[in-house]
Amino acid sequence: MTTRPILTVQDLSVVFPDSNGGLRALEDISFEVCPREFICFLGPSGSGKTTLLRAVANLLQPTTGRVHFIHHQHPKIGMVFQQASLMPWRSALDNIKLPLELEGLGESKARKKALEMIELVGLQGFEDSWPRDLSGGMAQRVGIARALIHDPDLLLLDEPFASLDALTRERMWTELSRIWQARQKTVIMVTHSINESLFLADRVLVLTQRPGKIKLDVEVDLPRPRKDDIRYTPHFGKLARKLREAIE
Amino acid sequence: MSVFKRVQNILPVILSIAFALLAWQLIVQVTQLPRFILPAPADVWTRFVKALMDGSLLYHTRITLAEIVLGLLSGIAFATVTGYMLAKSRSLEKILSPYLVASQAIPVVAIAPLLVIWLGDGILSKVVICALIVFFPVLVNTVVGVRAVPTALYDLMHSIRATRLQILLKLEVPASLPVLLGGLRIGATLSVIGAIVGELVDAEQGLGFLLQLGDFQYDTSMVFVAVFTLIALALSLYGVVTLLERKFLKWQK
Repeated sequence: MTTRPILTVQDLSVVFPDSNGGLRALEDISFEVCPREFICFLGPSGSGKTTLLRAVANLLQPTTGRVHFIHHQHPKIGMVFQQASLMPWRSALDNIKLPLELEGLGESKARKKALEMIELVGLQGFEDSWPRDLSGGMAQRVGIARALIHDPDLLLLDEPFASLDALTRERMWTELSRIWQARQKTVIMVTHSINESLFLADRVLVLTQRPGKIKLDVEVDLPRPRKDDIRYTPHFGKLARKLREAIE
Repeated sequence: MSVFKRVQNILPVILSIAFALLAWQLIVQVTQLPRFILPAPADVWTRFVKALMDGSLLYHTRITLAEIVLGLLSGIAFATVTGYMLAKSRSLEKILSPYLVASQAIPVVAIAPLLVIWLGDGILSKVVICALIVFFPVLVNTVVGVRAVPTALYDLMHSIRATRLQILLKLEVPASLPVLLGGLRIGATLSVIGAIVGELVDAEQGLGFLLQLGDFQYDTSMVFVAVFTLIALALSLYGVVTLLERKFLKWQK
């Protein structure tokens, strides 16, 4: 892609204070993200993936380095968490509506948009369900709808499918891939699943064990839209092997 | 819910009350105790009707209810504000907690006379005693409730750049409401005790005064009427909290 990046991360390091000189979570991370690009950070647990996302989302202050957005210093962010993190006292629809409420959008407009999102993530009929009555996959769909509703500049996904069973997870990949194509968002996702990263991303960056550094930056040149059986093609296998070797 | 179901639900309560009244009547008849020691249910009922007709019961109930409601509301207000600040600041908690714990070590009964001396024998001293007794359970539950708000939801709110006020209103208040209402349940019943303790120390009006008057005049039926009215007040307050829970905690179950 030749377009200008919308996000540049430069020499980012994060050290958490502890008793023996600080825990180094991330070290010298630099990368750029182009508009509408889907990039994926792949790494073993403890490689600082979540820390990286939190720094990009401005949920924590990096020890050194900086996160720079081209258009505005405070972009709109939509974030999907490992656990769906829904508010149990709000119905599915009201959870999705939350970001619009905070922006002060009128009730009827917010409701209309939320109903559109319900449709996008395929939750028709569950608008008024309480989170406790939703399955893990459905709760995560609500989380995705909530992250998209306010039309964010950047979508951050923190292992969103880690808590789902294998079958639901794979169905959610197809869903997310469809939603991403429909909405054309810039996405940064972190995961420890090679298949997940290859199925979804345009680019995969491999992080090392703590302190996390970027070890490999791979372009995923698999055709889109990607179908389930793409995972059994030789090219997918070759890329997967390359990533697997980088992780070890 | 069908009428039949409703009746089925309250039937055990009615039966147990009827049984208690019957037992009471039996004890009176068997022991032949004089009326000023143990009046029969019928005596209490006659006394109740009389007090109701001459307006004295309603008058004194209104006074006590006003003390309770004012005490409850001001106690809740102070407790939730202080509790929120304590939940948010560990250093404030360190500074204040010795005083808070000490204040709980002293029974309200012990400082009630002091408060009456300082604030007079009018309604104000009772309101303050009431607020004091309500304060602690509500405070503790506020702290527990606010501290238990999941950090993941704070992350969510920060990621969509919520303001402090939005975090308070859309996250912290609803998230801590179940625990807070639990504190209110305890506070509501305690508030009745607070008002009565205050009135027993010194008062010219209120159910506590009525109770003491009945006691001094050997009008034991009157004492019973006052006690039952207090029970009814406590039950209604408890009912109000239950209604609030039903309204705001529909999502729980």
